[in-house]
Amino acid sequence: MIAETLYTGFGAWNPIVWLIALAVALLFAWFIQRLGEPDIPGEGESGKSYISGNDEPSPEDGHIGGSNLYWGFTEAMKGYYARVVPLHTGCLTDYVLWFLGTFALLFILIGVI
Amino acid sequence: MIENIPFFCAGLLVLIGLAVIVTKRDLIKMVMGLALVEAGVNLLLVATGYISGGVAPIFTNAPSTEMVMATVQAMTLTNIVIGIATTALLLSFVMVISRKYGTRDVTEMRRLKE
Amino acid sequence: MMDFIIANAPALLIALPMLGAFALPLVGRLGDTPRNAWVLGVALITFVIAALLAWTVLSGGPVLYTFGAASPADAIPADSGGIPIRIVFTVDAMSAFMAVFASFVGLVTCLYSVASERRSSGKDGYYALMLLLLVGILGMVCTGDLFNFFVFLEINSLAGAALVAYRIDKGVSVEAGLKYGFLSTLAGLMVLYAIALLYGQYDSLNMAVIASRMSYTMLDKVALALFVAGLALKAGAVPMHFWTPDAYSMAPGAVTAFLVVASQAGLYGLFRILFSVYGLTLSYVTVGWAVIILGVLSMFVGVSMAIPQKDVKRLMAYHAVSQSGYMLLGVGVGLVVLGDAAAMDAFGRTAMEGGIFHIVNHAMYKGLLFLTAGAIFLQTGTRNLNKMGGLGHSMKWTMLFFIIGALAIAGIPPFNGFASKLMIYESVFAFSPVIAVIAMVVSILTLASFVKVFHAIFMGPEQPKYEGVGEVPKPMLAAMAVLAIMTILMGVFPEQIVTTVIAPAADALIDQGAYVATVLGGI
Repeated sequence: MIAETLYTGFGAWNPIVWLIALAVALLFAWFIQRLGEPDIPGEGESGKSYISGNDEPSPEDGHIGGSNLYWGFTEAMKGYYARVVPLHTGCLTDYVLWFLGTFALLFILIGVI
Repeated sequence: MIENIPFFCAGLLVLIGLAVIVTKRDLIKMVMGLALVEAGVNLLLVATGYISGGVAPIFTNAPSTEMVMATVQAMTLTNIVIGIATTALLLSFVMVISRKYGTRDVTEMRRLKE
Repeated sequence: MMDFIIANAPALLIALPMLGAFALPLVGRLGDTPRNAWVLGVALITFVIAALLAWTVLSGGPVLYTFGAASPADAIPADSGGIPIRIVFTVDAMSAFMAVFASFVGLVTCLYSVASERRSSGKDGYYALMLLLLVGILGMVCTGDLFNFFVFLEINSLAGAALVAYRIDKGVSVEAGLKYGFLSTLAGLMVLYAIALLYGQYDSLNMAVIASRMSYTMLDKVALALFVAGLALKAGAVPMHFWTPDAYSMAPGAVTAFLVVASQAGLYGLFRILFSVYGLTLSYVTVGWAVIILGVLSMFVGVSMAIPQKDVKRLMAYHAVSQSGYMLLGVGVGLVVLGDAAAMDAFGRTAMEGGIFHIVNHAMYKGLLFLTAGAIFLQTGTRNLNKMGGLGHSMKWTMLFFIIGALAIAGIPPFNGFASKLMIYESVFAFSPVIAVIAMVVSILTLASFVKVFHAIFMGPEQPKYEGVGEVPKPMLAAMAVLAIMTILMGVFPEQIVTTVIAPAADALIDQGAYVATVLGGI
């Protein structure tokens, strides 16, 4: 069963062509990697990774945790998050009020307009 | 106009039930508000089946053959049973929460937020 | 024997899992292995029957099944004056499509549960509730009767709420179960109010009969608003999505993957009401735009709330909300151009096919992601992203499946998310360019948040506190592998899937006349 082309009416997407292109690109990447060194040569100081002369951090310190990873994004969108996050109060009454409010809005939209 | 009173009462019951859910802070009262909403919907279901001048839909010794709709009565019975299961499950949840959290206040039941 | 099964397939589809659920505590007395074999056997047979039913529908047209009649296709008795009088299951292409993949995901999650729950207690109730949830979903998608739809909706909500609250622990999951059960029951009661309004006007509960008698009065508009609000809450659309992160994060590992399918059954109900019961009589531009606005809000709010999350399953739950927005967007665009035949051929049909294809793609890759999150929780005991790290060294297969799921949800070729998102982007762009741009930005943010999760869990040096963490047991890996293979296959062969399964489903929704003719026999 050969994969056929998916026509969306505006464009076409054929997965087999893409997979062949990916295979060729991976082949090129493998060739280029073969030309390099398999591991860091040397013993002692010249055998360790170079981190600007500092020591390698311990495993706990060297791993950035989940909360700190997108700090730039959350900091830039602080105005948006300061308004939206407090809306998620966790109180069941607020959930019911949102449901009733949405129903009222939908009724005005569908029934009156 | 007077024939529409059951429908208005059903709507009123649903509104009262929703008001109880929204204004009360005790979890048990909120679940009972939900039971009020269900009672309002049941009243609406039964009232829909009324035919003016109709008798109960039982064929044995019927005074006339003009009967009210029996389908809605079956629907209402089904909904009453569903309501029993729902209320029982939700009340058992409230029981476990009051034992583990030590409170029945909905504004304190907020360990999961944002 | 085979003829009997095929002729009665819709009834067996509901009866077998129900019988399996109620007989399960008896079988469970014999021990663990008979119980596991019973659950897997029932789920497998249900999947086979759903596949047979889908094959019958796709080759021979919609299947009508009347409960309690002399022969299954006998919906209208001779002396009733043209009115169908019993509960009728109308299985057309859209119903068959949803039934097949719902039973498939049910089989996979039962396989996963066999391993992940092997050291837990109370397995009788757990598996019985899983099979009852399967019954609820299958009943919701196959029925052609409004009140029957409500009954299965309530079975769905109650079984789901009980499963979410199943492991009591410190009571937090019971809080999540209470919120889920309360809101779902309230939505179900609003849906029943709308059903009562429709019954009072048209004197019938059958969807096809109401469709043929529908005149868009004020009460019908109230009923439509109640239907949309109630079923959108069940599907998890913004601004009624608040229960979704709580319920999905606190449910046990495999249950969450199945709750996603339960929400999509609510989405199916919404589409069935909008297209097959109301059809062209409603003001489709207004209602279509309401659905599109719900979709766009869901997409954006879902993904933006997902990025700062610390709990991995809560993050994935916000993404489930966001992906539901894609489905609402695609089908909403189809609804807006419902009366315009030229626009429907140009981009409306593609938009609906994209939205419907996204439903099954979402079930596959979101199920896979939730199963990997469950595997990580089983091995490390925590869901907090700040505490995890370096697990890629020891859990290689889980990492591979997570990569497949994360690339699929972000819409990267050649996985299945790309195919359905491509259809949605291109058709929505022809409809309104701004919305297509918002959809693409949301897709980029989805990729961003999953890169964050991947780095936080799997990358980095091996942490000393996770010294002895090994790979998860084989049945869990097998379940995840099945979903991953389906993700890859549906991405590599999208055209076959769209032409055989998705396009008939979209046509079945658009063509209200065919739905009415199936039950009323060409009136």
